[in-house]
Formats: sequence, C-alpha cells, structure tokens
Amino acid sequence: MSKKHNKLEAKNLNAYYGDFHALKNINIAMDEKNVTAFIGPSGCGKSTFLRTLNRMNDYIEGFRVEGDILLDGRDIYAKDVRVDELRKEVGMVFQKPNPFPKSIFENVVYGLKIQGIKKKSILEEAAEQSLRQAALWEEVKDKLDKSALALSGGQQQRLCIARALAISPSVLLMDEPASALDPISTAKIEELIYELKNDYTIVIVTHNMQQAGRVSDYTAFFYMGELVEYNKTKSMFTSPKNERTQNYITGRFG
Amino acid sequence: MNQLDIELNRIKTKLMEMWDLVEYQLQAGREAMLTANKELAEQVVKRDRKVNQFDIKIDRMCENFLALYTPVAVDLRLVLAILKINSNLERIGDTVEGVAHFVAKLDAPFNLDLLEQTKVVHMYDEAEKMFANCRVAFINNDTDLAKQVIKHDKTLNKIYRKSDKIMTQYMTAKPDMIAEALAILSIIKKIERVGDQVTNIAEEIIFYRDAKVVKHKSDKKKKKKEQ
Repeated sequence: MSKKHNKLEAKNLNAYYGDFHALKNINIAMDEKNVTAFIGPSGCGKSTFLRTLNRMNDYIEGFRVEGDILLDGRDIYAKDVRVDELRKEVGMVFQKPNPFPKSIFENVVYGLKIQGIKKKSILEEAAEQSLRQAALWEEVKDKLDKSALALSGGQQQRLCIARALAISPSVLLMDEPASALDPISTAKIEELIYELKNDYTIVIVTHNMQQAGRVSDYTAFFYMGELVEYNKTKSMFTSPKNERTQNYITGRFG
Repeated sequence: MNQLDIELNRIKTKLMEMWDLVEYQLQAGREAMLTANKELAEQVVKRDRKVNQFDIKIDRMCENFLALYTPVAVDLRLVLAILKINSNLERIGDTVEGVAHFVAKLDAPFNLDLLEQTKVVHMYDEAEKMFANCRVAFINNDTDLAKQVIKHDKTLNKIYRKSDKIMTQYMTAKPDMIAEALAILSIIKKIERVGDQVTNIAEEIIFYRDAKVVKHKSDKKKKKKEQ
C-alpha cells in the first residue's frame, strides 16, 4: 500500500476572536482518505478549528488566524485563494440538517447551478450520483420534486451530505452531523462516513465518544484551545498517553 | 464519585471477596494435606461451589458493566483484567479442589521424609506467598510487586522440575510407597499450576495499570534467541 499523503495540515496555527485566544499553536497533519475525529469539551476550540479549515470564520468580526493551514500543501489563507474555490474542495455538513426550502432535486444541484451548470442531463446525473453516495437515493428517487423539508431529520441530514458531495469536494468537514438524530439515522450516517472515506478526507467533530471510536481512524483531543493529544483512534481509546485525555474520554473531567 | 466508579467498585469488591475465599481454600487445602484431615478436605471440595458462584456472578457484573457503561481506556482495561483474574481465581479454586480430592483418599498423613525431600510444603508456602502478594499488588495498583510475583514463579518451577528425579529415585528405593509418592507428585503438579495462574493474574494487573502486555514475554525472547 502506498503511503497516504498529508491532505490537510496546520502549522503553528493560532486563532483569536478579538482578545480571546481560541486556538493555541496547533500543529496537526491529516492523511488523505482518512477519518479524523475532533473531541473535547464545549468551548475547547475543536469547532473553531474545523471551521478554519474552510474559512467559515472569515466573516466573524474580530476573528483572525496566524500560522498556516495547508490543503494539499497550499496555504488556504493565502491572498490568491478564492474562498468559493476553496469550498468546492472542502465541503461542510452541520449539526442541524439545513436543507433549503426547495425541492430535493434543487437542494442537491444547488452548488452546481451556482457554478453555472445548466444542462439538465448533467444535473440529473449528478443528483442521482450524490444521492446514491449519501445512501438516500432509494428513499427519494420517486419524489425528487417534493420539498426537502418534508423529509425526516435523518433524511434531511443525508440530503445535506448529498448536497455537499454534488460539487465533488475532496474534503468533507462534519460538525456533529448525527447529534440531532435518532440511533437508526445515526447508524446510517456512520455507515455513510465509512463508505465515503474511500473517496474523501473526512474531519468530524463529535461529542459522542463511541461515535469517534466507531468512525474515525485518528482522534484529536482539544482542551482550552490546545491540541492535547493526537493519535490513532485505537490508541486513544485504549491507552491514551495524556492524563487529561484519559480523564475526558472516561468521563472524569473536572 | 460518579456512577461509573461506583459500579467499578462494586465489581472490585465482589472480586476481592472471591479472592479471600480462594485464599482461604488454599490455606485449608494445605492444612488438610499436612494433617491428612479428610473432613477438612471434603469441606474444601464442597466450598469450591461457592467459588464457582462468584465466577458466574462476576462474569455477569462485567457483562452488564460493558453493555451499560461502554468503558474506555483505563476503565476498559480494568474490566478486561477483572474478567481474566476472575477465571484464574476460579481455576486456582479448582486446583485446590483437586489437591483436596487426593487428601480425601489418604488413610494416614504423608510420609515426612518424602514431604521433606520433594519440598512440596515449601512449594506450597511459596505459592501462598505469591498469591498473597498478588492480592496486595492488585489492591495497591503496585505493578512493581506484580513483577516480583511473576519472578517468584521461577522458585516453584525449579522445585517442580527437580521433583521427577527425586520421585523416581524414591519409588525405586521404596516400591511399597509408590501410591503415596504418585499422589505427592500430582499435588506438586497442581501447585505448579497455581504458580502459573497467579502469574497470569499478575500479568493482568500490569496490563490494567501500565497498558503493557507482558504475558508470553519469554516466548518472544526465545524466538529472538533462535533467530
């Protein structure tokens, strides 16, 4: 097997919301086609870090970053990088399903239409492929013109994943994608993550320790803006090196 | 204390109760052997059922704990270690029961000279010491003591290895004592097993505390030497 290359890398990354130092000197390298889970208590910086990976924090007043974030070796905060181009590469799925109040079909092809693709056959093909990848096709193929809001929460979340996949990114960021879902929908999302990692580099923020254990190859533990420990998920959940990691994952924090 | 710790403590307490019972069995077995006390030996045999009940109970407690608390890291290692310590304690119980069976068949106490020559009593004492130290190592999370326990097993193995030769000579010299000699040889074998089982428990303590696997270490060393 050939060695996987660093898809995403942060070097000496610091982030601030005004005076608040949210991320402190983060150094981490994530392999391509792997799942990396970010864990840590609320306010530890994991979501901030996830959002810096596709510059979602750019519009927050007072937010600034120092250091580098490299995508395939290229600094995503460089002046010549266009944010819309970056987000084609780095898709995102949020905690609460957020479909547009449009039809299922329109939701999936939204990104493509914005890119100027109008040909119906291309859009239809892309929609089917993305919905299949998101394991939703069989459930919605007969009602593509129906409102996305009529779907169940779990289906809506998979629709959002399909929407993210339609523009063929190489990285998928997921911010607690299953925390608002029931166990069956959660299992479907987790299975999906398992499938998707054959083609995508996935970074997932989760508060569910077992979920991190089930879906990820690597786990990073954040605490008070610091990256405390980053290791293979197996090692993290059997013999963590850092005592703070151990206290957190065994539920003995504070 | 959080609920997870309360549950873990309940399992630990149950394990310690079993540990005490097995220690008592070991002591009673020794006493019965030395005094050819049939009644005591029969009690040991009977009491092994209690040990078995502990085995089942602790298995069930661990199963429930794993299902309900999905422990990780040190908690997971502790439960895995308890499961194995539990089976080893149960086996030590069985082994002592085996010794008691031999004693129950005795008509008179063992020949003193034979006991002396084979060092079986000394061996029994050492096994009891190992067992007691191992218990302390578990209670105090003392992996250094656990390592000493593992080393201690060599003393037992040494006595065991020499026993064959001693017995052969003895039986050749005194053919009328063959039955008794064979009984002692069987007991020696059983005590040697106790040493191994205590060693296994000590290895689990090290796994639980240090997240290190030390069992079958000598196998690895041997392999390296062969290469």
